Amino acid sequence: MKILVPVKRVIDPYVNIRVKSDQTGVETDNVKMSMNPFCEIAVEEAIRLKEAGKAEEIIAISIGDQKCQETIRTALAMGADRGIHVLTEEVLEPLALAKILAKIYEEEKPGLVVMGKQAIDGDNNQTGQMFAALTDLPQGTFASKIDIEGEQALVTREVDGGLQTIKINMPAVVTTDLRLNEPRYASLPNIMKAKKKPIDQKAPEDFGVDVSPRLKVLKVVEPPKRQAGIKVDSVSELVEKLKNEAGVI
Amino acid sequence: MTTLFYTEHANGQLNDQSLKAISGAKEFGDELHILIAGSNIDEAVNQASKIEGVSKVIHLDNSEFDNILAEKLTSAIFDISSDYNFFASAATTTGKNVMPRLAAKLDVSQISEIIGVESPDTFIRTIYAGNAIATVQSSDIKKVLTIRPTAFQMSVAGDTSCEVVKISPENIPSVSEFVKEELTKSDRPELTSAKIIVSGGRGMQNGENFKLLDKVAAKLNAAVGASRAAVDAGFVPNDYQVGQTGKVVAPELYIAVGISGAIQHLAGMKDSKVIVAINKDEEAPIFDVADYGLVADLFQVLPELEEAL
Repeated sequence: MKILVPVKRVIDPYVNIRVKSDQTGVETDNVKMSMNPFCEIAVEEAIRLKEAGKAEEIIAISIGDQKCQETIRTALAMGADRGIHVLTEEVLEPLALAKILAKIYEEEKPGLVVMGKQAIDGDNNQTGQMFAALTDLPQGTFASKIDIEGEQALVTREVDGGLQTIKINMPAVVTTDLRLNEPRYASLPNIMKAKKKPIDQKAPEDFGVDVSPRLKVLKVVEPPKRQAGIKVDSVSELVEKLKNEAGVI
Repeated sequence: MTTLFYTEHANGQLNDQSLKAISGAKEFGDELHILIAGSNIDEAVNQASKIEGVSKVIHLDNSEFDNILAEKLTSAIFDISSDYNFFASAATTTGKNVMPRLAAKLDVSQISEIIGVESPDTFIRTIYAGNAIATVQSSDIKKVLTIRPTAFQMSVAGDTSCEVVKISPENIPSVSEFVKEELTKSDRPELTSAKIIVSGGRGMQNGENFKLLDKVAAKLNAAVGASRAAVDAGFVPNDYQVGQTGKVVAPELYIAVGISGAIQHLAGMKDSKVIVAINKDEEAPIFDVADYGLVADLFQVLPELEEAL
């Protein structure tokens, strides 16, 4: 079985976000970039399935500018076998990404597609579900556990009230939640080895799909700042303030 | 212009998050229909038919929808999609699971987790964990949206009931099946509807110590939440998580205990009316958003607080 793992390059989660003064977006020049944390979990899960003998090949895909090659290399260093880079300078919407991924799916015919539940830049939480719709595959979103049993996958999902387990036919799409696994760090020898692994380069035009934007960002602004309040010295002072000043207890 | 809003329900009641999101959906077009799914749910259907501003309830009356699976529900909504201009749900785990699948079937971009409506094609939403707020205009003819419940007021019941139409779709896909659900049992209110929340972070040190928070929460009739760090460390289940990738809450009072205040956590709670931070590190960023800060050891403070309440 082949596993496809789309990975996204995003601003590192520990970087402070700065909104551009012209309100067109957030500052990305000279900002540290990383693989989206949920994508790292997806790569890790694919590798664990391969290590458990459930999969033979892992293909990491990234769609974006030239630097996305680094993100694919990170996935290869963790243990993916080869990469596909769809080069574009445009920032594509989840629908467009899902369309390209659906075409790659048709070519590669994987048994499983594992991807992050959301990217921490746009916070959209859409691409996996959209890809599943376009390929007509069942979806196990926000997964905290995946068990492959023959032609089906048992997926435990993180839902608002607790956990839900569903059984889906394979091929299937699984999107990863936080507790699915803890991604490994790539070792130095594996980073070296990853440099020799192949990355196939494509362009959106190669897939013959409409990737034109449907949404226009009119402006991006900073959120209203919350003012820091006061420090209290004791529990009794805190309780007094909450009762008499704030009136919330 | 008509909106179809998918509402969730449980135990004969509409879900509070759906009731709030419905207020957002009212701002899209001039007519609002509610979609509700499941068998033997007359009570919830009845409640939906009384919501002020709703002109029709569509009841997908079929036991296939007693547990919601995205493949089945999306297919059923798609079947009736020609009648509608807007499709929306609350940004809950169910809404997030279902709506993007519908959007792709309709070949439209989804606008996720909106916090405001500027006009019928322009919406406001947060990006980068709430560190930036984007105003987004959609050129799609049909629009699919999820709505952040905390940004809107709870819908209220009106004096009259609207028309209820029962439909039972044919050709429900069978590629997925529900196996089981393990819901976290708690005597405490739910995180997303609680007026007071007491949350713990990595500073709690282990899961056992969350009992200290439970005791304080019991005195306040509060829900118990956690930061991603506490979930990551395995102290508590993921459904406790407040933040960018967990739940977004806006209670009257949010008490953050042993939480440093990473941006990912602030994204989920900074719209709370009053924030209290208890942390022994006075440099912790949580104090920058707190109305009341107490720099102290939480293991001393929590028993004292329980006593004082």
